Amino acid sequence: MKNPYLPYPVRIQEIITETQDRNLKTFKLVFLNPEDEAGFVYMPGQFAELSVAGQGEVPIGIASSPTEKGFLMFTVNRVGRVTTYLHNMKPGDVMGVRGPLGNWYPWEEMKGKNVVIIGGGFAFTTLRSSIVWMLDPAHRKDYGDITVVYGARNPGMLLYKDELVAWEQRDDITMHLTVDATDDPTWKYNVGFVPAVTKEKAPGAENAYAIVCGPPIMIKFTLPVLTDLGFPPERIITSLEMRMKCGIGMCGRCNIGTEYVCKDGPVFSMEKLATLPNEY
Amino acid sequence: MSQLILWKEDLQQLFHRLQAAYRVIGPLAADGVVGLAELENLSSLPIGHRDRQGPGVYRLENVGDADIFSFVVGPDSVKRFLHPPVQHPYTFRKSRKRLHIASPRAAPQEKPLAFFALRPCDVAALKLLDKVFLESPLKDRRYQAVRDGVFLLAVNCLHPAETCFCHAMQTGPEVRDGFDLSLTELDAGFLVEIGSEKGKEILNGVPTAEATARDAAEKAAKLEASRSRMKRSVPLRALPQVLYNHLEHPRWAETAARCLGCGNCTQVCPTCFCTTAHDHVSLACLAQKEAQWCGSRVRLWDSCFSLNFARVHGGNFRTSRKARYRHWMLHKLAYWIDQFGTPGCVGCGRCITWCPVGIDVTEELEAIAASRNVP
Repeated sequence: MKNPYLPYPVRIQEIITETQDRNLKTFKLVFLNPEDEAGFVYMPGQFAELSVAGQGEVPIGIASSPTEKGFLMFTVNRVGRVTTYLHNMKPGDVMGVRGPLGNWYPWEEMKGKNVVIIGGGFAFTTLRSSIVWMLDPAHRKDYGDITVVYGARNPGMLLYKDELVAWEQRDDITMHLTVDATDDPTWKYNVGFVPAVTKEKAPGAENAYAIVCGPPIMIKFTLPVLTDLGFPPERIITSLEMRMKCGIGMCGRCNIGTEYVCKDGPVFSMEKLATLPNEY
Repeated sequence: MSQLILWKEDLQQLFHRLQAAYRVIGPLAADGVVGLAELENLSSLPIGHRDRQGPGVYRLENVGDADIFSFVVGPDSVKRFLHPPVQHPYTFRKSRKRLHIASPRAAPQEKPLAFFALRPCDVAALKLLDKVFLESPLKDRRYQAVRDGVFLLAVNCLHPAETCFCHAMQTGPEVRDGFDLSLTELDAGFLVEIGSEKGKEILNGVPTAEATARDAAEKAAKLEASRSRMKRSVPLRALPQVLYNHLEHPRWAETAARCLGCGNCTQVCPTCFCTTAHDHVSLACLAQKEAQWCGSRVRLWDSCFSLNFARVHGGNFRTSRKARYRHWMLHKLAYWIDQFGTPGCVGCGRCITWCPVGIDVTEELEAIAASRNVP
């Protein structure tokens, strides 16, 4: 029987500093063993435990798309012990990945529907995975209009800037980039908070799903906007963060009401979240 | 199910039969409490002992009579053997360019465990732990490896402690299923019930007699007396909704004002299974040239009362003791019902006895359930 606690060994292929404050770095990881890679079958929205032997593990959303072969990608905010250590590692270093874990965005259910993606700050990681996945020629026909509202504090804090520019130029996806504020004269996109830009651009709710990931304050103010636009709670999807230690529903850490965020989530509809007890 | 009588002097033979095939774990008086440990022989049982328990109180007394099983459960439980407090899911050896990870080697052919005189509440607790560790899509293989060989010799409880409420949780004082053999201590001998083929087989060569209707009546009367001594009640039918309806009941804050947040209740609880994990780095490899680190991943019992339990980057989901006590009780008596179809409490009373300030979970539940009009 397989030991579910064992990480797969991976090598850091590339480290990209994403933001101007240098607190967010993207790690491209390649599996050391081809059989591990073949066994790592995932969907956009899932997460994995990044494991640095001697430091510990951190649960991080998978930023690469299953359509991108040969590597996994994670964007990591430097906040604690493990993530700080990770930020100081170098390409070529070896670490571990355990997963994939959790559920994913409802890709089957969303087939034939328009998809509105709303992201804020560094919560854009699994949303990047989702966009790359939907734009793949094998899947693009399965979904209707794709609209993206993505905001950060300022232009330097946006993730995946090259890809954002490339998507901006495509005609099969509508991008609304925004920043809270900027004094950069070359910034040619929106200025304003994500909820306000969502309201202004008013993506249609008809036949549409909204996937919302961002800081709690952004989610709090975006939800009423989506409700006003006509999105019912069962078609507003979000992803939760919790202190997930084991990732397989056995350590009890991420329990919220009847749900374990690690195995029943991290993806939940607003309809489901409304049924959870407000015990905090 | 056929019922047999085992004379008291023949209990020794049953014990030897078990000892031949199993490592026998049973009640042992040590450090002033009845704990669980490997039993070398039957005479090490705390025969003639009584445990006096109450909220925040435990006293073990030797009254010197010949009753063999007249005590109940101490702070120790079956949990420690199947879900040990410290586990090592893997070991690692790591340099900058290399990472070697290995599952722990299987222990050298150890005998499987037999639990001798396990109480109905602990038999029920084991069934709940099975749900957590074996009915998940990914099984806990260490748990399974130990669990698969386990022999359960249950003893029905005729001398419940003041804190016992298995009757209210419907797990005792008589064990109903999930055991291999069960014993009820009658005046002259033990009434034996066979719960499995394994149980039947272990009785081979152990002298027994057919039980009579009088024996059965004596058992029934003794169990009835045991039930009537358990005064605590639990509004099972109102669960889980009554708790969901009262998340802001003033009682939570009152209890939190008494609670020390020590986590004793979660450590003695036979079903509390939460763990934390960290990497333990050994100094042994530092001297070696190639390896930078070696060590192991360590999984430790944790408690939802510990301050860092729900801490994440940017905040803590349960900063107050009120939130932590409420989460513990809701998990036991509400979420479990929705997650696993049964409460996570077996009524053993350990959390009441071992709470340093004597908080009584049944009293708290009753107080909240009683005032149905308070939001």
